[in-house]
Amino acid sequence: MTKLCAALAAALLGLSLWQGIVLLTGVPAFILPPPWRVAQTAWENRALIGENAIVTATEIALGLAFGTGLGVCTAILMAASNRLHNLAMPMLIFTQSIPVFALAPILTLWLGYGLASKVMMAVLIIYFPVTSAFYDGLTRIPRDLTDLAQTMGGTKWQIMRHIRIPHARPALGTGLKLAAVSAPIGAVIGEWVGASKGLGYLMLLANGRAKTDLMFASLLTLTLMTITLYFAVSKLATWLARN
Amino acid sequence: MTHAPALHVAGHCHIAGRPLFSDVDITLHAGQWTCLLGRSGVGKSTLLRCLAGLAPSGAFTGTRTASDGAPLAGRISFMAQSDLLLPWLTVLENVVLGARLRGTKPDLARAKSLIARVGLADHTHLKPAALSGGMRQRTALARTLMEDRPVALLDEPFSALDAGTRANMQDLSAQMLAGKTVLMVTHDPAEAVRLADQIIVLSPAGATLWQPPNTAPIRDQHAPETLACQSALLFHLRGTS
Repeated sequence: MTKLCAALAAALLGLSLWQGIVLLTGVPAFILPPPWRVAQTAWENRALIGENAIVTATEIALGLAFGTGLGVCTAILMAASNRLHNLAMPMLIFTQSIPVFALAPILTLWLGYGLASKVMMAVLIIYFPVTSAFYDGLTRIPRDLTDLAQTMGGTKWQIMRHIRIPHARPALGTGLKLAAVSAPIGAVIGEWVGASKGLGYLMLLANGRAKTDLMFASLLTLTLMTITLYFAVSKLATWLARN
Repeated sequence: MTHAPALHVAGHCHIAGRPLFSDVDITLHAGQWTCLLGRSGVGKSTLLRCLAGLAPSGAFTGTRTASDGAPLAGRISFMAQSDLLLPWLTVLENVVLGARLRGTKPDLARAKSLIARVGLADHTHLKPAALSGGMRQRTALARTLMEDRPVALLDEPFSALDAGTRANMQDLSAQMLAGKTVLMVTHDPAEAVRLADQIIVLSPAGATLWQPPNTAPIRDQHAPETLACQSALLFHLRGTS
């Protein structure tokens, strides 16, 4: 409850600052619309924003699911085999060294203007944090514990299943929290490069028509979606760490 | 349980090119408790790891053999200073961990019986976070017993416990591990004198035998011969450090 009150107070402070800047600078609405006008636009265009938000949410959800699955599998394989680790690590770093903006046009070219290119963008952006965090958890096992498992005659994959994976769940939770705030970036960048639907597309469209209030409304919707996703994933991370 | 063999370990250990301990030649008598003492960093745990067939911190050159000539793999159970309970499993699940790791069906009835023997019958379905330090270590003891191995290697298993709980755990472990060949690393002369059939002091120069009192373990800690041995051992350890 205290956390909720603090979050509401922070939101109120942010809105007050925003309104204060608008009033003090007298900046025109097409440059920086006041908060109430953004709220009004959001309400008037709720159907349009909602329709596009569903598209972006689907891209984010699919990106998270595939990226997490891929990251988890990669981390397990890397932790199970030094040879695979040595092979996969440079590739993993390579996926991070290419700017996502540079990849977006290529992915659009390969996968088209639809859902697939945006999902792939989200996958690429979360793959590293999920893999890296989970791999760290899988490999940072106290030595006494692995000794115990070894003297018990545990097989490699049973030790992985019963000790290493459960032990790494809190680390996976940390990776998922990072992924939750990164996945929307990937999806929106994909929409900016080429799309006919989604909040990123709507923002570009609104920007081109100088509908700054609609652009802000779309941006706020995206922010709210990201915050909701982050809190949901945080709950999941807490559950993973506890169980 | 199969018959407990005697173990013989002989060799020397280097760590990062420097000698950790020189030639040791130790025999752990069949079905008896041997306590290994020595200053920190002298290589007690390394020696124990060598016996367990685990990768030691240093490079050990030598042999480890059992009196029956059979390989030691699969005949050793291990108990560390930390209870090593998996926090996401219940007491019962922790006790049957070995079977899970080997991919075999655990004998739950036997596990419950062992849990009852260590006095935790009412705590079978609790997770480690809900247990006291002593209860956790008793769970670890039940897990060690569940493995039913003829050799038990204990690396300072009671050092993190308070004095009263430690004494209770010593009594319980001595009863429950009776008949097994046990090597326990400890820093506590009182613990060693109380429990050991054989006491070994490890120093960079090698391993030396220390004569325990003539009485049988578990010894009365107030008995004059126990106190005298304890005191002399402490004096010797201070001299070797």
